[in-house]
Amino acid sequence: MRSRWSYVYFAFYLLLGVVLLFLNNDLSKAVITLMNVIIVLVPLIGTIFGVMYYYNSQEFTELLLAQPIKRSSIFLGQYLGVALSLSMSLILGLGIPFVFYGLFESSAIWDFSLLLITGTFLTLIFTALAFNIALSNENKIKGFGYAILLWLFLAVIYDGLFLMTLILFEDYPLDKVSLIGTMLNPIDLSRTLILLKLDISALLGYTGAVFKQFFGTSFGLIVSFVMLTIWVVMPVLRIVFKSKKKDF
Amino acid sequence: MVTIENLHKKFGKNQVLSGVDLNISEGGIFAVLGPNGSGKTTLIKSVLGMVIPDKGNITVLGENIKKNSEYRHKIDYLPQIANFPSNLRVKELIKMIKDLRKPTNEDERLIELFRLEPFLDKKLGNLSGGTKQKVNLVLTFMFDSPLIILDEPTTGLDPISLIRLKDLIKAEKAKGKTVLITSHIMSFVEEISDEIVFILEGKIYFKGTIQKLKTKTNQPDFEHAIASILTDNHA
Repeated sequence: MRSRWSYVYFAFYLLLGVVLLFLNNDLSKAVITLMNVIIVLVPLIGTIFGVMYYYNSQEFTELLLAQPIKRSSIFLGQYLGVALSLSMSLILGLGIPFVFYGLFESSAIWDFSLLLITGTFLTLIFTALAFNIALSNENKIKGFGYAILLWLFLAVIYDGLFLMTLILFEDYPLDKVSLIGTMLNPIDLSRTLILLKLDISALLGYTGAVFKQFFGTSFGLIVSFVMLTIWVVMPVLRIVFKSKKKDF
Repeated sequence: MVTIENLHKKFGKNQVLSGVDLNISEGGIFAVLGPNGSGKTTLIKSVLGMVIPDKGNITVLGENIKKNSEYRHKIDYLPQIANFPSNLRVKELIKMIKDLRKPTNEDERLIELFRLEPFLDKKLGNLSGGTKQKVNLVLTFMFDSPLIILDEPTTGLDPISLIRLKDLIKAEKAKGKTVLITSHIMSFVEEISDEIVFILEGKIYFKGTIQKLKTKTNQPDFEHAIASILTDNHA
């Protein structure tokens, strides 16, 4: 199951890359459009594939559990299998058309690599979160429900709540709060990171300037990547921890 | 061989095992019996480390099984319901399990014994229940481990395969192995087992030979002896 769907996913990105390049006729514009797609789609696919794969391979997992293999290797193996094959589909699917279009001679190469790196991070993060949800819920329907809710929350609702707080407390200085708020959501963090890298922060007004000061520097970049790494490590640790205690 | 001390396990509010003490010595066939939901499978899965006990100690061949996976090299386990990944072929599954554990040639003899050759290239999802159980048996018996655990091995088998299975189990016993079986087919248990362990309400109710059980319950035959335990405790 895994391999067939990851080919479809790969073909989708391939098509997306080709179409975008064809329509935009410009590398950096295509990168911006791609960002909008990736920021929303990658977490969704990671979440759904993660949950689906876990539930689908439950029988297989039980078979493996009776064999002399450590539990952590069984579950980490499954997680890496899904997350890495999704990441490969993303990187190759988008990479191939862009390379043929002349990515290496273009100035957009750094923006593009940043896009792929954050895309990979998002895949790792959301697949791990999905595995966590699936491990804690025997009931498949519930597991799927929670996974979709999580995605919806981080991709859409979080932004809404975030804006509401900003409006409510507009009389106070909000630079720090909005920075921290952005840091705490991997989707927002990735979006801001790419937007600022693309140098269109002028669109963001005053906050944009504050953000630019922070994320634009190498310190900001490092802090952002550390945050993304924490977002990967925490759920993965919980997978290991939770799987050790689970009954089958 | 297997020592279980004060084993407790609760699933939610349902107390399944409440203080099981059991000592299985080396060599021989032991049947674990008990009514539905008495905790037979839970007990077996605890020994395999698939169920994590709330309390208690389990040692297999002198090794404490907590936080340990190596001891499972010494166990062959036949799960109750053969749930295999349905898109794999029989051949691929056998090869994969061999890769995980160790190379063996025993599978060829077992495939022939259970007449599985025509099914080797079929996908597991398309097999009948009985054929799946035969594949399950091949996977279990192809490794030469000192401890064999069989959870309902007779499910779905036709009479001729059942006879072959009995012969197979007896042959393993002759090699000095320890076999742990759960089953609801009393005639099968009576024919094959040396000793029985009866679980009732999460505790070991009786452990000993069939003869001893008959004397204890004052019943002339095995099936009635078991039935009398159940009626005495549930009437």
